[in-house]
Amino acid sequence: MSNNNQWTSICDASDLISNIGVCAQINGKQIAIFQLEANGTTSLYGIDNQDPFSGSNVLSRGLVGDLKGHDVVASPIYKQHFDLSTGKCLEDDSVTLKVYSVRSNEGKIEVAAQ
Amino acid sequence: MSKEKIIVVGNGMVGHKFLEFLSERDNRDQFEVITFCEESRLAYDRVQLSAYFSGKTAEDLSLVEDGFFENNGFKVYLEDKVVSIDRDNKTVTSANGEVVAYDKLILATGSFPFVPPIPGKDRDECLVYRTIEDLEAITHGAKTSKRGVVVGGGLLGLEAAKALHDLGLETHVVEFAPRLMAVQVDDGGGAMLRSKIEALGVTVHTEKNTKEIVNGDSSKMRMEFADGESLETDLILFSAGIRPRDELARDSGLEMGPRGGITVNNNCQTSDPDIYSIGECALWDGRIFGLVAPGYQMAKAAVDAIAGDKESEFAGADMSTKLKLMGVDVASIGDAHGNTPNSKSYSYNDEHNEVYKKIVVSEDGKKLLGSVLIGDAEAYGGLLQLMLNDMDLPEHPDSLILPQREGGAPAGLGVDALPDTATICSCNNVTKGDIIASIDGGITELGELKSCTKAGTSCGGCAALVGQVLNAELEKKGIEVNNDLCEHFAHSRQELFDIVRVEEIKTFEELLAKHGTGKGCDICKPTAGSILASCWNDHIMEPSLAGLQDTNDYYMANMQKDGTYSVVPRIPGGEITPEKLIAIGQIAQKYDLYTKITGGQRVDMFGAKVHELPLIWKELVDAGMESGHAYGKSLRTVKSCVGSTWCRYGVQDSVGMAIKLEERYRGVRSPHKIKLAVSGCTRECAEAQCKDVGVIATEHGWNMYVAGNGGMKPRHADLFASDLDDETLIKYIDRFMMFYVRTADRLQRTATWMNNMEGGLDYLKDVIINDSLNLGEELEKQMDHLVDTYQCEWKSTIESPEKVKRFNHFINSDETDSNVVFVKERAQIRPATTKEKSDLIETVAV
Ligand code: SRM
Ligand SMILES: Cc1cc2nc3c(=O)[nH]c(=O)nc-3n(C[C@H](O)[C@H](O)[C@H](O)COP(=O)(O)OP(=O)(O)OC[C@H]3O[C@@H](n4cnc5c(N)ncnc54)[C@H](O)[C@@H]3O)c2cc1C
Ligand code: SF4
Ligand code: FES
Repeated sequence: MSNNNQWTSICDASDLISNIGVCAQINGKQIAIFQLEANGTTSLYGIDNQDPFSGSNVLSRGLVGDLKGHDVVASPIYKQHFDLSTGKCLEDDSVTLKVYSVRSNEGKIEVAAQ
Repeated sequence: MSKEKIIVVGNGMVGHKFLEFLSERDNRDQFEVITFCEESRLAYDRVQLSAYFSGKTAEDLSLVEDGFFENNGFKVYLEDKVVSIDRDNKTVTSANGEVVAYDKLILATGSFPFVPPIPGKDRDECLVYRTIEDLEAITHGAKTSKRGVVVGGGLLGLEAAKALHDLGLETHVVEFAPRLMAVQVDDGGGAMLRSKIEALGVTVHTEKNTKEIVNGDSSKMRMEFADGESLETDLILFSAGIRPRDELARDSGLEMGPRGGITVNNNCQTSDPDIYSIGECALWDGRIFGLVAPGYQMAKAAVDAIAGDKESEFAGADMSTKLKLMGVDVASIGDAHGNTPNSKSYSYNDEHNEVYKKIVVSEDGKKLLGSVLIGDAEAYGGLLQLMLNDMDLPEHPDSLILPQREGGAPAGLGVDALPDTATICSCNNVTKGDIIASIDGGITELGELKSCTKAGTSCGGCAALVGQVLNAELEKKGIEVNNDLCEHFAHSRQELFDIVRVEEIKTFEELLAKHGTGKGCDICKPTAGSILASCWNDHIMEPSLAGLQDTNDYYMANMQKDGTYSVVPRIPGGEITPEKLIAIGQIAQKYDLYTKITGGQRVDMFGAKVHELPLIWKELVDAGMESGHAYGKSLRTVKSCVGSTWCRYGVQDSVGMAIKLEERYRGVRSPHKIKLAVSGCTRECAEAQCKDVGVIATEHGWNMYVAGNGGMKPRHADLFASDLDDETLIKYIDRFMMFYVRTADRLQRTATWMNNMEGGLDYLKDVIINDSLNLGEELEKQMDHLVDTYQCEWKSTIESPEKVKRFNHFINSDETDSNVVFVKERAQIRPATTKEKSDLIETVAV
């Protein structure tokens, strides 16, 4: 993450439901935010909300889980999977989405974005 | 060069197979082919004849592909019978007076049912079971009969008994021998078979010799037996064996067997080298073969001899059989009676579960010679292969028939041990090698494999084995055949369903912790969501369940290509008041939604943004409407025609029934979507025969059809039961749907489920109508639970502020998605194309 990214607070930590995405708008940019929780571990992710295959802003409404050990979101339109840590599309090497750091800080969810 | 003239007498199963084999020859143009067909219709599948009673039409049974005769230039004389052969001039003469010359003549005249010479046998109520016309006569005769008797307790006799039983007659079987199926089955097997068949309500009389048929007292006739006893009946079906139709051959002086049959050699040539005989009229090595598979092999040998470059010979055939008689598995292999000198046998008799199994082995215990299986014939395929391929038996041959208790290794040898030359389907002569070739060609599904190789499509006896070979080969290729749902669960959907039900699991987390690994994915989560809904029916938006739903279920609307949603209120049976129509119109107008009448008799409104969904639904619910579940894997629509209320032909209130069904099954979650339809009469305006469950009104009630499908691979529904009253109809649909919900794979419509079901329609009828698994009550109870706990998902959602909050596009802003852009077309909105969008957005941005 480059230095000029700032942490922007988007909601209370209690507003998130585990394993269900939400979409945040930061400086006109749509970012899909997920809190994955399984077997006692919790991880926060941010990834572009726009689905590159349909051009629609819908990834926050995709199902999350893991495939071969990587946390992923599945596009709700044509079902491609995106690695939440790297943004890589599992079905198409040539496609990578931007990912964003997300953290929980004093009861707030914060995203690092320009 | 003039063509060689071939005449085929008889267009039955084998005669037609001969024509097919010939048409596949490169040199078929060298022949002029003519066939005489005595019956009023071209060749049909006699083996499946009984299916005619369960709704199959003559057309369904036809073996003749569209345009077969035209495309091949073959000539057929329909409803014309050859009456004589002039071997000196090489011509045949037909009943209609045609005289046609031949170079080669093929006699494929089949056989006729033997009717013992009993005084009174020619009464109108005495029938046989061989042709479609015979079946029509039986159906007709059954209408005025209460009781029916089948004379003959062999294979065909029991099939005929089932037909009478299904037609609603009190059914009796009268057999001369001391046991049923005397040819194929030993004493132990015969006894078990008898007790099973009697349990189904058919009375069996053995060692009965009918002396005379006279006028009855309580019924139309009375059968007088040699032992002094008698039996009253309204209808008699003779099924006492077959006799070859060899009269043409006899009259023209061909060599015959002492008890009939046209003598042929290994090429199926008769004593006149220009005349061949194939099928049930031919006598080879002193034997008549009353099954279709050997007939097909004869057809092949004859075609090879006449048109082939190398000859293939008919070398006899295996007469092993497996069938389901009245729902009872019966199989007989090879030397079932242990007639081979010094052979030894093992038998297993389980009176509790009514299973009898016997194997006959060679003196040294190394080879299998024969077997009888009653009540459980799963081992048939494997045993038959052991015998046919002369394979060595395992160390303890009895392991082949002893039940497998927990932890035990599967008995017998796997299909892997079979050589590629092993015949898997004898009816259609398909070897293991043929199946492997198809799989190499890209086939991965049982249904596809059957239609491409024809394996398993005739008697069906080999179906299980075909499936095993397919799975074993796919596995070898590394193609996934395990039924594991996904990497997170090493279970099939059906197994997970049972686990959830038995262990009363209520959440995905619990299921994953106890039976899975990892975090889940977009395959197992919706599947688990659907199973949990089918079992417990909690609201899908509950926090513990919401994360399992596909976006369509989560937002209770279908996502469109631009990220907006469609809204479909339920319109049960397609009936709607003007007030509700107006309300829909006003709401669509207010939110500027694109409206369209769907193919399912209701109205779809497109272009709703996610935050608008609760607002739109609030207004719809206020106007008295409820969710149409257009998004769910659940009941979609129950289509109806207008029915007897208005239509001059209607015989029942189809709209009323459709609404009743739609209101009963709305919201029920299932492996895939379910569609129903109800038509008010046989004109079928609601197209019920392409639905998962179709209902068609009759004078006396309702006919129920199952497992139809439109969509990608259309399938006509099968007639499941006739003339049901309302209550029974609903009982059967309850059971059918719940059984589907419990046992189907994920995203498997009822049509594919049915196509892959072992035992097919008969099995399903057994489970649902005869309650053979003793599940009926439980299935009904489960359905009742779902019906009782139904709630309109939308109504309870808009009543909960917590849930409504989730419909905002952004968590940190009340703005909406600027990327959703519409343009107008034909006076309504549609999503803008990318180009239109960039033009529009640019203009706005500047
Ligand atoms: C709206 C409608 C087309 C229309 O404008 O008429 C429609 C629209 C869709 N159909 Fe359909 N089908 C519609 C009637 C049908 C019919 C006709 C019928 O029901 O009488 C069929 C064939 C009948 C059948 O199912 O046997 C039909 C066979 C399919 C199939 C193929 C299913 C199959 O078994 O092969 C799919 C794909 C699937 O489900 O996997 C499908 C899938 C879809 C989806 C859900 C595709 C998708 O995922 O986006 C469409 C959703 C549109 C939406 O947002 O509502 N739709 N679809 C119809 C809605 C009827 C309703 O009121 O609920
Ligand atoms: C109810 C039933 C169930 C069966 N189930 C099985 C089963 O499960 N498995 C199995 O392997 N077999 C089964 N069979 C037996 C199977 O149907 C026969 O083995 C097969 O049909 C024999 O074929 P074919 O061509 O020799 O005779 P057919 O199919 O009888 O054809 C002979 C045709 O020739 C016509 N013909 C006769 N004489 C003349 C003439 N002079 N001129 C013109 N045409 C003439 C006849 O009208 C008939 O159409 C069953 C049979 C029946 C009736
Ligand atoms: S036919 Fe295809 S395009 Fe048309 S509604 Fe059905 S799924 Fe959509
Ligand atoms: S053995 Fe009869 S269909 Fe295969």
